[in-house]
Amino acid sequence: MAQAAEAKKRGKARTGLSKEELLRGYRDMLLIRRFEEKAGQLYGMGLIGGFCHLYIGQEAVVVGLQMALRGGDQVITSYRDHGHMLATGMEARGVMAELTGRATGYSHGKGGSMHMFSKEKNFFGGHGIVGGQVSLGTGLGFANWFRGNDNVCLTYFGEGASNQGQVFESFNLAALMKLPVVYVIENNKYGMGTSVERASASRDLSKNGAAWGIPGMQVDGMDVEAVHEAGEAAVAHCRAGKGPYLLEMKTYRYRGHSMSDPGKYRTREEIQKMRSERDCIEQARGKLGELGVDEAEIKRIDDEVKRIVQEAADFAQSSPEPDASELWTDILVEG
Amino acid sequence: MATQILMPALSPTMTEGKLARWLKKVGDDVRAGDVIAEIETDKATMEVEAVDEGKLAKILVEEGAEGVAVNTPIAVLGVDGEDVSAAPAPAPKAAPAEPKVAEDAKAIADAAAPRKPSTVREALRDAMAAELKADDRVFLMGEEVAQYQGAYKVSQGLLEEFGPKRVIDTPITEHGFTGMAVGAAMNGLKPIVEFMTFNFAMQAIDQIINSAAKTLYMSGGQMGCPIVFRGPNGAASRVAAQHSQCYASWYAHCPGLKVVAPWSAADAKGLLRAAIRDPNPVIFLENEILYGQSFELPTAEDFVLPIGKAKVEREGTDVTLVAFSIMVGVAMKAADALAEQGISAEVINLRSLRPLDIDTVAASVKKTNRIVTVEEGWPFAGIGAEVNMQIVEHCFDWLDAPPARVHGLDVPLPYAANLEKLALPQPDWVVAAVKKLI
Repeated sequence: MAQAAEAKKRGKARTGLSKEELLRGYRDMLLIRRFEEKAGQLYGMGLIGGFCHLYIGQEAVVVGLQMALRGGDQVITSYRDHGHMLATGMEARGVMAELTGRATGYSHGKGGSMHMFSKEKNFFGGHGIVGGQVSLGTGLGFANWFRGNDNVCLTYFGEGASNQGQVFESFNLAALMKLPVVYVIENNKYGMGTSVERASASRDLSKNGAAWGIPGMQVDGMDVEAVHEAGEAAVAHCRAGKGPYLLEMKTYRYRGHSMSDPGKYRTREEIQKMRSERDCIEQARGKLGELGVDEAEIKRIDDEVKRIVQEAADFAQSSPEPDASELWTDILVEG
Repeated sequence: MATQILMPALSPTMTEGKLARWLKKVGDDVRAGDVIAEIETDKATMEVEAVDEGKLAKILVEEGAEGVAVNTPIAVLGVDGEDVSAAPAPAPKAAPAEPKVAEDAKAIADAAAPRKPSTVREALRDAMAAELKADDRVFLMGEEVAQYQGAYKVSQGLLEEFGPKRVIDTPITEHGFTGMAVGAAMNGLKPIVEFMTFNFAMQAIDQIINSAAKTLYMSGGQMGCPIVFRGPNGAASRVAAQHSQCYASWYAHCPGLKVVAPWSAADAKGLLRAAIRDPNPVIFLENEILYGQSFELPTAEDFVLPIGKAKVEREGTDVTLVAFSIMVGVAMKAADALAEQGISAEVINLRSLRPLDIDTVAASVKKTNRIVTVEEGWPFAGIGAEVNMQIVEHCFDWLDAPPARVHGLDVPLPYAANLEKLALPQPDWVVAAVKKLI
């Protein structure tokens, strides 16, 4: 209790985020939530096409981990990537414009929801083949090792992808060469419609690297502070040259796998229970209240986020489609 | 009774080797399993174990002898007190199975630059060494490329010269290490990935196509992938269907890749250097049988060839033969045979399959009015099908006969020696195809 009081006096929350950091985390999670809700709306209006995988429910994972990184570190993930992009600081308008297939999108409208990148923010995609980004992320970490710097690559994948052969090949390579890669399994319980229990014989995915001596940790992925704390430990391990680290984030997605998911594999009650008892944004809001942040401050953040998302949606609808000449650009680097 | 010890074949493609060292001397007792000699093949130095027992009665081939043909008697084992004087005399040096140097001076005449003979294997090694030296972002990785010196000895000496960070042995996990290399390329390095053969790259083809070839486009030009995937492609010798396949048309099908298939040592060196320097993913299709063949190679320090340009290896007026990789040699032999029959064939070495230098082929067809493509791979949707279709599009009115193609038979490659030979294009197939058109 004395410690908690001391922490409170210093403006520190219980597991290590300062009031300012938690406010930032709250804002970033809320931005992802509102962005995804808007993307869902635009999809329903036919403005976004193809596959669209929303991140609603899982926001604490990317936001908490991003706070453990520093400039120069890399991030790579699968096709459920909008949250990761916003967390790395990519602009909401550029992401939304890519979703609507416009020239102003991050990939000039040629990648779409699942394939977006930002060299500037060290975000390496956005990959559509389940598990493919895990070997790629291992290679991003390899480049850090090759150059002899202490940058770290955060490589995200779902618990569904965690059964892919190349994931284990990557674990072996990273452990063998001591590559600075934090593997993050976002275990949202369902790979499309198949529950983790029906897809993986492993009951503790954080131990999936044990055969190669990769340390792992299970983390409450609905608690941004717990995520951040685990991220700090994992990143420090990699930066110190001790090789890869595996984090299993126990999280949950509220929406379907993609927009066309009938959701027959779980009950409404299950989703409702997670929403009402474990929601990452509500938890953070509660903690901010305990830290003395007033309602006006929360409201100010809510309004700012709403404005950014609306501006992004307007931008994404008013931007022109790519010129036909874009068909033939960026196939090969010229010269 | 005396037993002959024969020069053993120690790899599928070995036809001769160097007797590097005798580990037993005349008069020594030899038991089955004893190491009696060391032999250098085209791939490695190997120990030879005795199969029979006895006393080493006579050494027929002294150590240091090079070019000793497989099955040549190299020693005689006798039992105590036996007279082995009737044993055969030392074997003559083997006649080379293939002409060691391409006879046609035109075959390598890019310019009047100074040249020296080089095997394709040495040319590839030299190309990698030159680029490893020139650019510290370049590294080589793959199975057995470092300590073993390359499964086919292509990376010989590179570990010693450049160290373990630039020349990296990988586990046998093509999917994983290929993805890792692509990620490294996206992060600004320039990997050379050696596949022990392209057959094993099928495990990794998702990363090659979906990640390496498409990311530049899908990222709106942000994420390039400067990487070379190289290794032997196509049939080797008696290794059957899973190890004998031409992937040229598989990769050439895909936008976002460049695909190169060298024939001569000059092709190998000049094109590999260009491939390593290229800012795009390049598939570099080598051929195991060509590794040991020698060609005249320009000696200039800065020798490099452009990707996307074909080469007229032999000029002619009556028919255009279009080939790549080992089939250029088959086309050249066919051209010789045709010349004896009064038919003048022009031979084009494509060198690059994507981009395809159709202009050079079309210019030739406008002169000869006939085309026969020659490829080792299967016909369906093959390179020959593509070249011939493009010729129809470009110069239909110049054709005096339908475009024709010679290709490997449409079957998985069989193991039996006779069947394998029946399945792969031979010079007389090309001659027959040409004679149908004239």
